[in-house]
Amino acid sequence: MVFSTRKWLAAGAAIVATTAVAYSETAPGDVAIEDGVVTESLTGQPGDAMAGRATFADRKLGNCLACHAVSDQSEQLFHGEVGPELDGVGDRWSTEELRAIVVNSKAIFSDETIMPGFYSLDVGVHVREDLVGKTILTAQQVEDVVAYLATLKE
Amino acid sequence: MKHQYLVTAAAIAMGCALSATAFAGGPVDEQLVIDGEIEMTTRTESVEGHPLDEVISGWHYRTKETRALEADTFENPAMLYVEEGQDIWNTVEGTEGKSCATCHGDASESMAGIGAHYPKWDADSGRPINIELQINKCREENMGAEPYAFDKGGQKPLTAFIKHQSLGQPVSLDLAEGEMQSWWEKGEELYYTRTGQLNLSCATCHENYNGYYIRADHLSQGNANGFPTYRLKQASLVSIHNRFRGCIRDTRAEFPAAFSDELMALEVYVTWRGTGLSVETPAVRQ
Ligand code: HEC
Ligand code: HEC
Repeated sequence: MVFSTRKWLAAGAAIVATTAVAYSETAPGDVAIEDGVVTESLTGQPGDAMAGRATFADRKLGNCLACHAVSDQSEQLFHGEVGPELDGVGDRWSTEELRAIVVNSKAIFSDETIMPGFYSLDVGVHVREDLVGKTILTAQQVEDVVAYLATLKE
Repeated sequence: MKHQYLVTAAAIAMGCALSATAFAGGPVDEQLVIDGEIEMTTRTESVEGHPLDEVISGWHYRTKETRALEADTFENPAMLYVEEGQDIWNTVEGTEGKSCATCHGDASESMAGIGAHYPKWDADSGRPINIELQINKCREENMGAEPYAFDKGGQKPLTAFIKHQSLGQPVSLDLAEGEMQSWWEKGEELYYTRTGQLNLSCATCHENYNGYYIRADHLSQGNANGFPTYRLKQASLVSIHNRFRGCIRDTRAEFPAAFSDELMALEVYVTWRGTGLSVETPAVRQ
């Protein structure tokens, strides 16, 4: 009985997964980073730069400001200095490169970088129970942040 | 494409090196003298085998106002807890009708310098113990009293009172005692283990980026010499295991129980990293 309930749940999960595929969202394990780029959008949809700007600042989401200063968000009180300033980052890197950095910075800079991988399951030990198997940002949030970064030109 | 990417990466590496000098807040260049009398060692050459050349107290990374609070015992809000600890020291509790003072007398004599050498090896339990666990041992074995639960009852004020008797004394641990060395090694391993969804280790923040602002927080070396510490944010005393748990939680990881083997090993190792710094208990932090 218990067994068949499990089987039913598994079938349910498969259906959910199929639905996700219908939106053509790439799962974290399936994102290919080659030569420092992720060429395809993770969602097949364009990112929303304004939503990305908010995700960038939100402490519960990107919290990118913890480590990066950016003049475009001077209304925010505190900008960290652990990473480079991101003014002009859209000139320095292509959209495909920016996507790779946000997805998994470890694959771009080095294994040792302090910058978290925002769409990667290559995480530390003892991940908080409710976050196991989850990425920091969703695929769409990554696309939004990448679209925002691409607007940071000098 | 590849070539361009490499060039950009090099430019970034340079940008980082520049920003390290241009923007980093770094530790302030000042001396901590408490009540104009006790000259504190807050920067010193690190002990052999330490990954950093110099160990620096968290005091140097705090604001002018916060630093001033610690320099004056009348202004230091945590001194109220130290006084509370003194009262507990003299209070009889448990079935044996004893207080701490019954056995140890005047703490300013019997406890002078003691807190600078904890955690130390405890042969009875076969593991290192800190002041909190030593207090619990005395309560159970000598006073016939219940041990304090983590951070409860008189644990924080009494620990602060005992450590305060070592104010200004240099931190030093005896790693030759019992199996302290293997606990140190376990602590070192944990210090460099990345935890949580954010994938960060203690070293990522406190070794690689001390002196930098991470949003509004000015990262220090994460030394243990000021604990229990008064945190202005929480308006109360914070124990060292509470701090460890908070830092681990911030990496979005499950954190170990207070006084677990993991956190005791970490306390041995982190305290050792601060060897030579003065005991600052009760330090004032943000
Ligand atoms: C905990 C620190 C930290 C956080 C949080 C962080 N980064 Fe970074 N980031 C770094 C560091 C450090 C580097 C430089 C590479 C290195 O040293 O590893 C970097 C590099 C970058 C670069 C390349 C910079 C350049 O000037 O060319 C981009 C783009 C970037 N980060 C974007 C982001 C975005 C977007 C977020 C949030 C979704 C974010 N970072 C969150 C630390 C961080
Ligand atoms: C995400 C970054 C981060 C990580 C990872 C981290 N900490 Fe911290 N830690 C902080 C911040 C921010 C503070 C408060 C400012 C300061 O003193 O650095 C702090 C403070 C401390 C303090 C108090 C220092 C003082 O002077 O009062 C200790 C001790 C400490 N951390 C130990 C640790 C240990 C041990 C670990 C690993 C288990 C760790 N930290 C991991 C960010 C971090």
